Amino acid sequence: MADTSGATVTTSPSARAAGERTAYLDVRDLKVHFPTDDGLVKAVDGLNFTVERGKTIGIVGESGSGKSVTSQGILGLHRRTRARASGQIWLDGEDLMTVTDERLRELRGNKMAMIFQDPLSALHPYYTIGSQIVEAIRVHHSDTSKSAAKAKAVDLLGLVGIPNPARRVDQYPHEFSGGMRQRAMIAMALANDPSLLIADEPTTALDVTVQAQILDLMRKLQAEFGSAIIMITHDLGVVAEMADDILVMYGGKAVEHGPVNDVFYEPEHPYTWGLLTSMPRLDRARLSRLNPVPGNPPSLINVPSGCAFHPRCAFTGQVPADACRAAVPDLTAAGPGHLTRCHLEPATRAELFASEIKPRL
Amino acid sequence: MTVAPGEPENRSDASAVPVASAVAVDPGSPVALDGVDGAVAIAGRTPWQIVMRRLRRDRVTMVAFGASVFFVALAAIAPLLARIGILNPDQTHPELVQGLGSMPEGLMGGVSWSHWLGVEPGTGRDLLSRIVTGMTTSLTVALLATLFSVVVGTIIGIISGFAGGRVDWLLSRSMDLVLSFPSTLMLLSLQAVLVDRIASIMGQPSSAPPPKIAFMVLVLGFFGFPFFARIIRGQVLSLREREFVEAARSLGARRGRLYFKELLPHLWAPLLVYTTLVLPANISAEAALGFLGVGLNPPTASLGAILNDTVSYALPDPAYFFFPGVTVFLLVLSFNLLGDGLRDALDPKAGRQ
Repeated sequence: MADTSGATVTTSPSARAAGERTAYLDVRDLKVHFPTDDGLVKAVDGLNFTVERGKTIGIVGESGSGKSVTSQGILGLHRRTRARASGQIWLDGEDLMTVTDERLRELRGNKMAMIFQDPLSALHPYYTIGSQIVEAIRVHHSDTSKSAAKAKAVDLLGLVGIPNPARRVDQYPHEFSGGMRQRAMIAMALANDPSLLIADEPTTALDVTVQAQILDLMRKLQAEFGSAIIMITHDLGVVAEMADDILVMYGGKAVEHGPVNDVFYEPEHPYTWGLLTSMPRLDRARLSRLNPVPGNPPSLINVPSGCAFHPRCAFTGQVPADACRAAVPDLTAAGPGHLTRCHLEPATRAELFASEIKPRL
Repeated sequence: MTVAPGEPENRSDASAVPVASAVAVDPGSPVALDGVDGAVAIAGRTPWQIVMRRLRRDRVTMVAFGASVFFVALAAIAPLLARIGILNPDQTHPELVQGLGSMPEGLMGGVSWSHWLGVEPGTGRDLLSRIVTGMTTSLTVALLATLFSVVVGTIIGIISGFAGGRVDWLLSRSMDLVLSFPSTLMLLSLQAVLVDRIASIMGQPSSAPPPKIAFMVLVLGFFGFPFFARIIRGQVLSLREREFVEAARSLGARRGRLYFKELLPHLWAPLLVYTTLVLPANISAEAALGFLGVGLNPPTASLGAILNDTVSYALPDPAYFFFPGVTVFLLVLSFNLLGDGLRDALDPKAGRQ
């Protein structure tokens, strides 16, 4: 594994040793591996990124690229009996990998919270929305009275734009529409004013008009509370709208990482090219067919040798000595704050992008 | 399925649609959406209402339910009835057993207006009174033993299923161990030692009913808990992967809350069904033990003790054997049918035709 040696956006190795912290959330060399009967599943394999308060990072990738495992890893939701996690996760000066389980539980829902993909399955069907929010408040503030917590629940529901919150608070999840449920889910996540919000595909289960409302809401709340947001999605449109930075994941590793405009307008990695060219565009003449990235995502048990993307990459021929098959490329700087993990020479890459990819974007 | 024979499902009835989309037109409902001009409001039906509707259509289950309630109620008020003199389980009637070998005189073991089920041979005690008082004892033992199994089984099952790993292994193997014991044999051999021990703890003579009841509850309950624990464990194994559990964990919920507030509400249906199935098993276990002479001693009425006593009169006075036997049979049957009906009604996947 030769990935952490590449340039890092945030801290130099010496700064790390001194325990200096520059970012609000600083994930360093996060690895989450699952031992299974078929072999070791390297769901996340050496991930580095940082998020500041008030900023949003978008983690993008196909199913099974390790996006959700990353978010669960940060919250410490993996069972220690089944998952092996290593690395460092610094949140506001605390390494979440070394704190006690009890401390982690105190942080969950308090300082960091998660918005789930499918609010119908993430909300408990037996309890009213209100009682679930009340419970979320009281688990961290046991001195809050039930009536005060309920008043706060009504406020929260109003804040996330649910009409008539005083009546809605006593309804069950199945009485809410999909968009309402996601709003309620967000209200629940916001119950204790978390400074880190992890949204795991928050709009995937929603229709497009509701999607836009939910994203607006999240932006508004971020401006109000100054939370750091990790937005996990496979929808490039969502990240383009929301994120300040983008991390593209493939086979459990970051393949491209940089500011949103750089990644969208000057993408460096062939996988990112594939993602961007496969996007349907409404503002262009219709192509005959969409261009999918050929092939399937790699098995995380048996990751292809060298660059995990090489079996699907159209440009391996441009790399001398079959390096794509032989060696794992390092994450190297391709511009200010812009990293990519590719064996192509920067000059070749720029040429290929200009000649083959840009016209199709 | 829950539809009783002879009662075809009405296709146009709103209740014929599956649970997920069960809606009924009900303008007066409080959950109606307000402010929609001219539109008829659609009311959701709670899962509980759906279950009750299904149950009400199932005549067999309703009869079994009625019988179960009747038996339990009768057993509950029996001590009261005995006190006000309606039941006289201990009053002897030597004048009624003047037949050969102190057999009761008259039809069916002396059935008469004052003794509906006849009288006991030898003593002439009213058999109905004996059976009803015996039912109180037997149901108490069976209910307490079932409760013991449910509580212990649920806790062990949730822990085992949720914790996984070594804890699960250890608990599951312990349950296998308990299940592999021949429980009746254990009861027979343990009783001599355990009843004395329990009696000394309770400060009562070991021939008194309470230590024996406690012994039977403990042993029956102990050998019954793995059935519950296994079912609960299986349910929890799938429930713990559900997103709402993860969501609760992501909000910082403690273990206790996960176990009892997130998981337990999903477990009451299997618990209810298995309770109604284990209860009759415990009733017949108590009767069987009494029959073998392990249960309560004859002066105390219990179904098992009565059955034990009837054996010696089986040929000269078959009615004396018949009535308590039928009582046990009806008790067990009604609880079993109720359990079956509940299982059908509570299963959202149960077929609808």
